[in-house]
Amino acid sequence: MADYDVPEISGEDGIVDVPNLQPDAMKSHGPWVSKPEFQEAMHFPTDFNMPEDVSDYGNTDTLVENWKERALDKMADLKGRYRSLQVFLDICVKCGACTDKCHYYLGSTDPKNMPVARQDLLRKVYRRYFTFAGKFFGKMGMPGFVGAAELDEDVVKDWYNYYHQCSQCRRCSVFCPYGIDTAEISMAAREILDHIGMGQKYCTEIMGKLNKIGNNLGLPEAALADTLEGLEEDIYDETGVDVKLPLDKKGSEILLITPSADFFAEPHVDGLMGYAKVFHELGLDWTLSSYASEGANFGMFIGSYENMRKVSLRIRKAAQDLGVKRIVFGECGHAWRVAYNFLNTLAGPFDFLDQNYPIPQHVLEITEPALAAGKLKIDKSKNDDKVLTFHDSCNIARGSRMGPKPGGQFDIPRNVIRAVCNNFVDMPADTIHDATFCCGGGGGILTDDLMDIRIKGAQPRMEALKHVTDKHQVTHMAAICAICKSQFTKVIPYYGFSMDMIVSVHQLVSNAIFLTGQLTEEEIEAKEAAEEAERIAAMEARKKAAEEKAAKEAAEKDTDKTKKDE
Amino acid sequence: MQMTIGVIYAVLFWAATLVLVLGVANKIRIYAKVPAPLKIPTTPAPVTQGGVVLRMMQEVFLFKSLFRSDKLLWALGFLFHYTMLLIVIRHFRYVQEPVWGFVQFMQPFGKYAGFLFIIGLLGLLARRLLIDRVRYITAPSDIAMLLLLIMIGVSGLFMSFVSHTDIVMVKAFFRGLLLFDWQPLPTDAILLLHLGLVAILMLIFPISKLLHAPGIFFSPTRNQIDNPREKRHLAPWAAELEKQNKMFLDELE
Repeated sequence: MADYDVPEISGEDGIVDVPNLQPDAMKSHGPWVSKPEFQEAMHFPTDFNMPEDVSDYGNTDTLVENWKERALDKMADLKGRYRSLQVFLDICVKCGACTDKCHYYLGSTDPKNMPVARQDLLRKVYRRYFTFAGKFFGKMGMPGFVGAAELDEDVVKDWYNYYHQCSQCRRCSVFCPYGIDTAEISMAAREILDHIGMGQKYCTEIMGKLNKIGNNLGLPEAALADTLEGLEEDIYDETGVDVKLPLDKKGSEILLITPSADFFAEPHVDGLMGYAKVFHELGLDWTLSSYASEGANFGMFIGSYENMRKVSLRIRKAAQDLGVKRIVFGECGHAWRVAYNFLNTLAGPFDFLDQNYPIPQHVLEITEPALAAGKLKIDKSKNDDKVLTFHDSCNIARGSRMGPKPGGQFDIPRNVIRAVCNNFVDMPADTIHDATFCCGGGGGILTDDLMDIRIKGAQPRMEALKHVTDKHQVTHMAAICAICKSQFTKVIPYYGFSMDMIVSVHQLVSNAIFLTGQLTEEEIEAKEAAEEAERIAAMEARKKAAEEKAAKEAAEKDTDKTKKDE
Repeated sequence: MQMTIGVIYAVLFWAATLVLVLGVANKIRIYAKVPAPLKIPTTPAPVTQGGVVLRMMQEVFLFKSLFRSDKLLWALGFLFHYTMLLIVIRHFRYVQEPVWGFVQFMQPFGKYAGFLFIIGLLGLLARRLLIDRVRYITAPSDIAMLLLLIMIGVSGLFMSFVSHTDIVMVKAFFRGLLLFDWQPLPTDAILLLHLGLVAILMLIFPISKLLHAPGIFFSPTRNQIDNPREKRHLAPWAAELEKQNKMFLDELE
């Protein structure tokens, strides 16, 4: 593990004490900048010089021509198209209610990571160039009097750095008396940066892969098919049941869209096997798509409606081409926010799907009622080696819903965990449900060049986790988001936890489910022993045959020799 | 002299009213006109229109989200806003003829609310100076606005409890304003200060953070219904992309 300054956690009450400010604690050049070729693929301007060194980030000679004018033009464009941006830039009263709510501020102590201060990086430019007060005091040479500021290189550098220390988790919007959502501001800021030559490498490269191949990992169809076949074999070996993970199966009833991390990363892949078992057991006819083999939509992170829509339309096309009747999403926070809230807008109307089901539907919206109705045979004791807690993913908790009732996004995953596990404990109330803390890696931050802020941003969650592991013997934390799972497995070792304590919710289902026709452990052992015996017998038979053959040949040789000698 | 001052202040108040009404109306027009292209309610959110109205009322009248985030700030904010309401109700007597029974009933409450109003504001000011996080995000104008309100309150209280002005003449002045009829105004410095500061408050309303008052009703995270799966939500500019079958806005005709 590389050397980072890791915050200390006590686990006392599970809540991080609000730190004093340390200005510029996280001042940096920000994440790697995207090359013009990647920007071009996203339809962003490319007339800038790729900076040779991070010290050039945000300097005029590495930005697009007339960058200042174009940045202001983009701001004007966005505030004319997004009510959220226009209203939020105007109405903040700087009351400070949000200042202690951001996990990045709590973990890093940098005041520019307080939500209102992060917003002000953009708001001060808005005030200077688009409001009477800012223009008036700006002309008098004192824009700061009304919280306005000139747009210059330093402001751009701050934008790039601090808008990439926001995971767009919306925790601040819960606590703001006017619902001001910093995510909306940081999305707009990233969109502006993309238009002046400061795109973020991580997000744009990943979207490039998706647009070319169909998923964020760049996993081509053949590799995907191989992986799924391997998973089928794993399930067969483990259960003796032929559970399928179909790919591009036309005429299926359900198209499953899941984050591509589910195809290979741990513990994501165990969740995928869980969905497969649930579908199998419920007799659902389903398929994955190689064309739309990605649930996550990074278009949201960069605030680009157009790119987010382009990605979403792949799902619509896949659903139409495969002739499915339903679309179901796997465990992924940002994917679910885009799916639940935006998919109908971006890629609808879905009049060609079965209207008797929610469009789209979350896989937990299938599993939970099935468990409640006793349609799945469950042996809870299979998870008795664990005491579980549950991490609410921010985009699910504060940006979407599951089931018919508000708050279903909190109850449904917990109901599933309780239905398949005997031991469950919640973390402290101020750290769960809609007050949940981000894992520290959401919103386009899950990249190695941002490890420092990822580690610091995880502190509030780690503090809560430490509390339940110390006081309530919790051993595992379940999550329903690909980014949370990846971020935690990478970051929790820095806090002294073991990476395998992170589990998928459907992994727990997978452990506990007993499939129709599934062999018991003894039967599996017997089956394995029989297979082993069969293998040994076959090997011995081959060996024997070979020996016999060799002996025969030797005998023939001898005969030949005898004949020659004669 | 009283007539000259009356004319100056009449012009000032007419101008301030015009700026306030037109400025706020213009902002409301902009907020209403700019579309919200995506469904972004902070969830859990109501699933019906009635639920949204209830949510909004709880925010506007009870400051519900603020209560969750900061109890001290909630208490100070609540004190300040509600005493201001009482004070404003009390001031209706200066323009009404006859004065409503309700306004008459509210006179003593509005009068003594002035003290709590000042206490609330001083508390808010103290927060800005004493809490390092709040100090960091405070611009000089934030302080100036609190001082403005405090001075309005103090000058008002001074006239109520220490040095009375000619209320009958003040009332005639404001009745005159309504009818575009010039009337004299007492030349007491404290009254002129009080009224001048109120006019400034009205003038800066549409160009400052005071826009939070109309703005909250347009906040998409609070005013949207959580029903994106049931009802398709589409902004006009996004509909244009579909109509012209284009992927990017700059490709639109």
